[in-house]
Amino acid sequence: MKYGTEIVVLALATFAALVAVAMAQDVPFQQHVWILFFVLLGTVIVLMRNTTFAPRQDAAIPLRPHASAYMDGPVRYGTVATMFWGVVGFLVGVVVALQLAYPDLNIEPWFNFGRMRPLHTSAVVFAFGGNALIATSFYVVQRTCRARLFGGNLAWFVFWGYQLFIVMAATGYLLGITQSREYAEPEWYVDLWLTIVWVAYLLVFLGTIVRRKEPHIYVANWFYLSFIVTIAMLHVVNNLAMPVSIFGSKSYSLFSGVQDALTQWWYGHNAVGFFLTAGFLGMMYYFVPKQVNRPVYSYRLSIIHFWALIFLYIWAGPHHLHYTALPDWAQTLGMVFSVMLWMPSWGGMINGLMTLSGAWDKLRTDPIVRMMVLAIAFYGMSTFEGPMMSIKAVNSLSHYTDWTIGHVHSGALGWVGMITFGAVYFMVPKLWGRPRLYSLRLVTWHFWLATLGIVVYAAVMWVSGIQQGLMWREYDDQGFLVYSFAETVAAMYPYYVVRAIGGLLFLSGALVMAYNITMTILGYEREEEPIGGQLASPESVLKPAE
Amino acid sequence: MSDTEKNIDKVSGVATTGHEWDGIRELDNPIPRWWVWTFYATIIWSIGYTVAYPAWPLISSATSGLLGYSSRQELTATLDRVAADQADLRAAIGEKPLEEILADETLRRFAASAGAAAFNVNCSQCHGSGAEGSAGYPNLNDDDWLWGGDIEAIYQTIAHGVRFTGDAETRFSEMPPFGDMLSAQETQQIAAYVASLTGDPSDDASATAGAPLFADNCAACHGEDGTGDQTFGAPNLADAIWFYGATEADIAAQIRKPRHGVMPGWQARLGKTTVKQLSVYVHSLGGAE
Repeated sequence: MKYGTEIVVLALATFAALVAVAMAQDVPFQQHVWILFFVLLGTVIVLMRNTTFAPRQDAAIPLRPHASAYMDGPVRYGTVATMFWGVVGFLVGVVVALQLAYPDLNIEPWFNFGRMRPLHTSAVVFAFGGNALIATSFYVVQRTCRARLFGGNLAWFVFWGYQLFIVMAATGYLLGITQSREYAEPEWYVDLWLTIVWVAYLLVFLGTIVRRKEPHIYVANWFYLSFIVTIAMLHVVNNLAMPVSIFGSKSYSLFSGVQDALTQWWYGHNAVGFFLTAGFLGMMYYFVPKQVNRPVYSYRLSIIHFWALIFLYIWAGPHHLHYTALPDWAQTLGMVFSVMLWMPSWGGMINGLMTLSGAWDKLRTDPIVRMMVLAIAFYGMSTFEGPMMSIKAVNSLSHYTDWTIGHVHSGALGWVGMITFGAVYFMVPKLWGRPRLYSLRLVTWHFWLATLGIVVYAAVMWVSGIQQGLMWREYDDQGFLVYSFAETVAAMYPYYVVRAIGGLLFLSGALVMAYNITMTILGYEREEEPIGGQLASPESVLKPAE
Repeated sequence: MSDTEKNIDKVSGVATTGHEWDGIRELDNPIPRWWVWTFYATIIWSIGYTVAYPAWPLISSATSGLLGYSSRQELTATLDRVAADQADLRAAIGEKPLEEILADETLRRFAASAGAAAFNVNCSQCHGSGAEGSAGYPNLNDDDWLWGGDIEAIYQTIAHGVRFTGDAETRFSEMPPFGDMLSAQETQQIAAYVASLTGDPSDDASATAGAPLFADNCAACHGEDGTGDQTFGAPNLADAIWFYGATEADIAAQIRKPRHGVMPGWQARLGKTTVKQLSVYVHSLGGAE
């Protein structure tokens, strides 16, 4: 029997899920393990039907056989999952944006804002971003180490295990299961599962590096490795908790009070620092030089900014807790470490942008390069804005306002989204053995839709955030606060409508991309004129400006 | 030499590190000077800041910084300063009768501002942030008052509430449910009559028939002409301002089984001075007597 061991293990797990259903101590837990049961049962059935996951050899447009000895199956699946969860995450984002503008769209109890919001953040950060990181790290580490992924089918376990984590996290949110820790909402049993998957991920990645046939470890892999190791540490410490029952959904954190808040924001900030920054810098360090076909600008800068970045980032979390019960000394340190983080972050921007020196003309002809450059530009902007917002005087205005939401989205849509799109556009033709993408013109469409979406979103949130902050602190000539909270909420309405439009533009861009890569995978090529018109003759290209 | 020459990038003329990963090479460019100096500047600034402000954790406390800053002390000092600045005005508002506060422009302006702030926190949830009210909650901007619109009456209502069980001095009245006493037709006729006071009833005959029924059952509280009576908190039915709906069906429903709003008394919670300030604010909205 094919997949014999897998079927036995999964069948046992299915049975265990059924036992958990019977023993469940609370209704949400019972509903959640029912979901787990059906997911596992479905998987067992699919495997027993002996479905083959290899590309069909008799397909109309077969996978082009290539000499690669690399293990690209999980990368292919991860790329499709990235696209899928991306569209889901952006769609839920548009829905929650509309819920804020039109509260009637809150459908109780499963689809109210409180449950949909973590669904959106987790879908985008962990499902879209996480799959992108896993897929690209597997792609990059093999090629820059000239070694096949370590651990055989362990890479498949990482991929499917991670999808199970996503499904359990997402359905848990909608059922109302949460430990109320921002970006770490899943309860203890889902956390434990992710820990297992993450350790497997670390093993695969590290094992591949150990088996490398290159004398040195490429900079992209330093970043990926720092991301994997640090996320493991953050995840475990922040989720230390005691479950009420082994068959119950509720657990209590080992920390309480301000220690709990600080642990949470040490985690939360470094989820941004290591998941959304270090991991995606790894992506940048491979795909930007590959796409523009130029050497990385400065090796020395990459070393210095890498070590400075990972050393400084880990201390910056307390800036999320300015003017709270957190002791002043911790607030000070959170702020100064954030300010010192400015240049180390910008080191990545310099190295990314300057890698284009000698190839800037590609901005005109290659929309993928354009996407990557925009990503780096947004990275530079967000990593300037972040340290600025961590300064206490600025924070006293910006904290708790939509400015923070705008800041996060210029990073998430602009940096994380765009660099991922660029990487996926780069990888897809190579992974499926296609000569090129289905359509470069559609990439241009995607670029402009996404760019317009981000600009609208970020600009509107700046205005609304600053207005919100100013309204909250508006005093009259007698020294009394002017506005009631409800008035400041009502004042946000037009911005919330426009923000939803920005999100919709971004989502439409992603749908264009989904179509484009689907057609590429299926093997179609759109007949179209090359971007930038017909290539001019060499003489006219080289003629100096008058 | 040949090694070095091989490692020169032809486009930029800069040497590479000599390694290559999947076709990617790295230039050996120096770190930009401005980057280094800006990085140093942020580090020096950070050291300076941590010397000036509380920063470095020790065994049982942390360095307190040369400036001796403490966010708690800063907050306390700010609150104390504001309290001291406002002490005289608050004391005067606490002592003086409301009429005198209204007559003194300085006191009146201060009280109205303070009252507005207190209103935003405590009252806007029901009465709206512009005191515009909503179904079942009175609009405080107009000149239609249930329990009186002069400053003393407003004060009394805010201080002790309406139908508030937690305060013995609360204002109280309750319209009986006429569904037990009147037939459905009679109820409809009274509703038509009440509607006719400010507009066209659905049926003139019903309205005419409703007039004597109104005089017998309703006029005792709402007055012969339906203009209400503030002694009982009986609403004016002749001013086209409706609490629970303007249609005859709404009016009939209210006759059959009246709904009664409840407002908490605020004096015990907010203190006399704040309630006086709230009264001045509500009085300043325009419709007061």
